[in-house]
Amino acid sequence: MDPLRQSASPCSSRPSSPKTPPCEMLGYVGIEAVLDQLKIKAMKMGFEFNIMVVGQSGLGKSTMLNTLFKSKVWKCTLPGLAMPTPQTLQLKSVTHVIEEKGVKLKLTVTDTPGFGDQINNDKCWNPILGYINEQYERYLQEEILITRQRHIPDTRVHCCVYFVPPTGHCLRPLDIEFLQRLCRTVNVVPVIARADSLTLEEREAFRRRIQHNLRTHCIEVYPQKCFDEDINDRILNSKIRDRIPFAVVGADRQHLVNGRCVLGRKTKWGIIEGPTVGKPTTRKQTDLEIKSLLAAGRTQWRTWRTVSFLC
Amino acid sequence: MLSPQTRLAPVSLHLLRSLSCLVKRVAEPEARTSAPRILLGLQHVVERGVAARVQAAGVSVALERVVSGPTATFAEGESCGLSPLTPAGGPHAIPPPTASARARRLTPLPGEANGPFQAGSHVALIKREGRRRGGSRCRCLRAGAGCWQSAAAREARGRRAGAGARARAGAAASVGGEHPGAAGVGAAAAMAVAVGRPSNEELRNLSLSGHVGFDSLPDQLVNKSTSQGFCFNILCVGETGIGKSTLMDTLFNTKFESDPATHNEPGVRLKARSYELQESNVRLKLTIVDTVGFGDQINKDDSYKPIVEYIDAQFEAYLQEELKIKRSLFNYHDTRIHACLYFIAPTGHSLKSLDLVTMKKLDSKVNIIPIIAKADTIAKNELHKFKSKIMSELVSNGVQIYQFPTDEETVAEINATMSVHLPFAVVGSTEEVKIGNKMAKARQYPWGVVQVENENHCDFVKLREMLIRVNMEDLREQTHTRHYELYRRCKLEEMGFKDTDPDSKPFSLQETYEAKRNEFLGELQKKEEEMRQMFVMRVKEKEAELKEAEKELHEKFDLLKRTHQEEKKKVEDKKKELEEEVNNFQKKKAAAQLLQSQAQQSGAQQTKKDKDKKNASFT
Repeated sequence: MDPLRQSASPCSSRPSSPKTPPCEMLGYVGIEAVLDQLKIKAMKMGFEFNIMVVGQSGLGKSTMLNTLFKSKVWKCTLPGLAMPTPQTLQLKSVTHVIEEKGVKLKLTVTDTPGFGDQINNDKCWNPILGYINEQYERYLQEEILITRQRHIPDTRVHCCVYFVPPTGHCLRPLDIEFLQRLCRTVNVVPVIARADSLTLEEREAFRRRIQHNLRTHCIEVYPQKCFDEDINDRILNSKIRDRIPFAVVGADRQHLVNGRCVLGRKTKWGIIEGPTVGKPTTRKQTDLEIKSLLAAGRTQWRTWRTVSFLC
Repeated sequence: MLSPQTRLAPVSLHLLRSLSCLVKRVAEPEARTSAPRILLGLQHVVERGVAARVQAAGVSVALERVVSGPTATFAEGESCGLSPLTPAGGPHAIPPPTASARARRLTPLPGEANGPFQAGSHVALIKREGRRRGGSRCRCLRAGAGCWQSAAAREARGRRAGAGARARAGAAASVGGEHPGAAGVGAAAAMAVAVGRPSNEELRNLSLSGHVGFDSLPDQLVNKSTSQGFCFNILCVGETGIGKSTLMDTLFNTKFESDPATHNEPGVRLKARSYELQESNVRLKLTIVDTVGFGDQINKDDSYKPIVEYIDAQFEAYLQEELKIKRSLFNYHDTRIHACLYFIAPTGHSLKSLDLVTMKKLDSKVNIIPIIAKADTIAKNELHKFKSKIMSELVSNGVQIYQFPTDEETVAEINATMSVHLPFAVVGSTEEVKIGNKMAKARQYPWGVVQVENENHCDFVKLREMLIRVNMEDLREQTHTRHYELYRRCKLEEMGFKDTDPDSKPFSLQETYEAKRNEFLGELQKKEEEMRQMFVMRVKEKEAELKEAEKELHEKFDLLKRTHQEEKKKVEDKKKELEEEVNNFQKKKAAAQLLQSQAQQSGAQQTKKDKDKKNASFT
């Protein structure tokens, strides 16, 4: 069972109905030990996270991934190396196991080289949609089996990071088309790539314009409003929604700044530090993405399953 | 020096550890130049491995290929394929897995059975979609890696073995023996999760150079679960008066309101009560199901039936919810029984036949924890004999009671020590007695005080530990993964779904759904017709009634009208008469007046005449 389903018996979060009277316990029973049991089980099971990055070549997808997970998740393609741009959209994925403080995470990263690189980009999202649906389909088949496995391998895409090129103007038609189609199937997190080419004011203006575009075209990006579960969630999510799309700068080289070693990009006019507060919000994005693990895939999965049964 | 007689497990572990280190190095592009040397070392080691009857999976193939292939990457494509290590080919005798728990058997995905592999050795692997760029790297994983790997191993085996291969670690002999798998960890190393179109799967360990932050994932999970609350359902099976309600009260330190049952129940029925308990920030929705009237009848043949039906009904409800198209499992109140406490009467001899029969019927549906109730009636030496007698009877009758899990290091020890004391001899009490200088739950007898929480007096503390503090989550998981899945499988097979063929499965689901839907619609239509006819009939009746009533009303109206007319006529007649009379009267009056006036006039004339005469006479 994937960890999201293990406690497949939660009761509703509504206050006790007249049929279930609350009881006062006169002493310590030890029910809260179940939390530790849960935690141990979760750590033993490990987690799975599938992330997909979509964007044109040269926007810094691989670098961003490496920065996010602080390790060489993907081999960066440096410009100039003889790697011809693929003629059609391909999907490549890489799986890694990373561990932090006893928590194992099986991370699958799917890249889409060739997206938006051709002259005619019509329907370039179809392979991606096909891939996502295929993963859902696979999971569904596993789930409907009569003899199910104990732990169904979860290859569904939990999160799709969409890189918006930093034009500074607004979303391009390709972006809008893509986001519209994908936001219903998968959790999309739009991100302004290479944000160090924009000044702070430009960045803010760009961000506002993108938000406006998203609203106009009714594109619901993660965290979606309809999945807000309670008031705390809503407050947190509205803060996040304010900062979407995140402006990121990926950096995987280390430089010496003021005596300490930081990840950053060194340019002639300064060093742009990677994950630091106030700067491009890679940190926040990490938190967001980690959080998305638990809620994300599941809600989209529910929708997809409903839809697939109805047609 | 590895001798052929060495056991598999340590050899394979050691072997693969060294292999993995070496392989990692070879996988780095810079190390390619030194490949041949390392290869030699590997081959050497691997050959030893062969001597010790270990087949290291993909690594062996990789070695051969690297030497010969153009690209210096490892294991083109077939990295997971197993082929005999010696070039001479021919399948090696695959040793049966040892009893060491870590060896896992693996079987291929259907459709890949006889691909590039030799008969007799298989490994589940990725579907190769064709070679893309270069080859896929070799997989190397830490020995004893995470759960999803072993889970994937289990899954692969589960597929092949068809229904019922629920075996856990190693000793699974259920795979029919035809395709024994290679030493587990090595093969597991060569496995990766199949991902459809994209190839180039690499599964390797990465080291993090900083804090990423996903170590908070278990906390998030726990927080989410706490906000939703937990469900726990206990079924108490035992005779009337054996102390079920008291034990529940004692266990949860509270007073669940319930009246004791009488002994005259005609049959066994189950009474379920739900309560909400809260401790610090954990909300527990506890449901306690009682068997009322168990063991009270004269004929106890069917005593177990209501219990089994109840359990099945809960599974059914969950299954229905799961099969729905728009389902909300998150908010679903799970009523499946997680634990069954079976109360054994403290006779001191052995189990009653009723107990045996009931437990046998329940053991595949629910986690049974047998306990000896009212244990303060048994002396210590008798208790020991009683316990061993019960356990041996259970074993000889093939009753599967709940085994406390011993594969998790943190709880293995405590579970192992506790299992020795099964079945727990418990005493329940909600009354407090002053012992020493504090109050404790106890039962006061003239000859002494039996303390509930004293381990020397009874096993209540052990029961509470096991049931609540250590294994609650495991109980729930067992219910879901083992008992519920079994029920689901049986039910779906009964309904006609089959797993035989990946092609026919989705269709049969659809077809059956369609058929059922049509049937249902047909029934609905019939019912509708019936209802409509009935409705029409009723309407007609009502109409008839109303018409009659109308007619009556009309008649009445006519009648009234006529009477009214008659009255009116009468009145008019009378009026005419009256008028005539009045006229007559007036006429008479007028005539009389005339006469009077005439008379007056003539009188006046006469007097005048007289006067005139008089006057005339005078003149």
